Amino acid sequence: MGGMALPQVAPVEMPEVEEVPEVDRPWVTIVWDDPVNLMSYVTWVFQKLFGYSREKAEALMLDVHNKGKAVVSSGARERMELDASQLHGYGLWATVDRA
Amino acid sequence: MFRRNGSEWFAAFAIDEVRVLRKVAGEVVDLLTDGFAHGDPVVDRLFPDIYPDRPEDSQEFRQYTEGELKTGKIDQAGAILAALPDDGPGEVRLDAETAEAWLRAINDARLAMAIRLGISQDTDLGDELDDAVLHDPASSRVFQLSVYAYLGYLQESLLNALPEID
Repeated sequence: MGGMALPQVAPVEMPEVEEVPEVDRPWVTIVWDDPVNLMSYVTWVFQKLFGYSREKAEALMLDVHNKGKAVVSSGARERMELDASQLHGYGLWATVDRA
Repeated sequence: MFRRNGSEWFAAFAIDEVRVLRKVAGEVVDLLTDGFAHGDPVVDRLFPDIYPDRPEDSQEFRQYTEGELKTGKIDQAGAILAALPDDGPGEVRLDAETAEAWLRAINDARLAMAIRLGISQDTDLGDELDDAVLHDPASSRVFQLSVYAYLGYLQESLLNALPEID
């Protein structure tokens, strides 16, 4: 190994929460519980559609299952409408609302 | 039930399974074509209002999106019909894209059947089937409940055979 010094990179400070102004995220997509969709299917849909990690997708699925509904995405209204429509394609019961 | 080998999913179906799957996929296609009617609880479940408290906004959104959504659902039910043997037992092989279409289409079929069967959060499928058998073992309800349960197992087998996304 040569003696080349590796560049020192200072760690980037990451904000602990997503600091997005309220006005930029005024809409949410909500998925509602239903007695048919398998838990494993709902988890898979969240991973597939939103690119969520298995951990996050499972936590959301459990929220839907235990609380009756969960916010699965948030952002611009048109984006939420697209998300809800795609969720309908998978057979999930999704609606759009103001955050 | 499905297993995966590399990027291919396969399952061997008996003739009764092939017929049942053809029937349920065909019923979904019928529901989305000739039988399509808003107000039908199955249609309302497969195409829910996007804004439950704002019917006009929901309607407007529906105008722009329903056609594509419907076509997608017809295509995914068609993927089941296309992959099955015509009439007889046989092996079905699916690539990743058709496996996803099967997953989605089986889900649509289960949603439709659940509405017709009155499945709710409190329904225990085993109890429901026992009751139906006691009432009349030859009834259509016994058959429909059995098919509904079978589709759940089939869908679960596909999900279990998916590669980890993470």
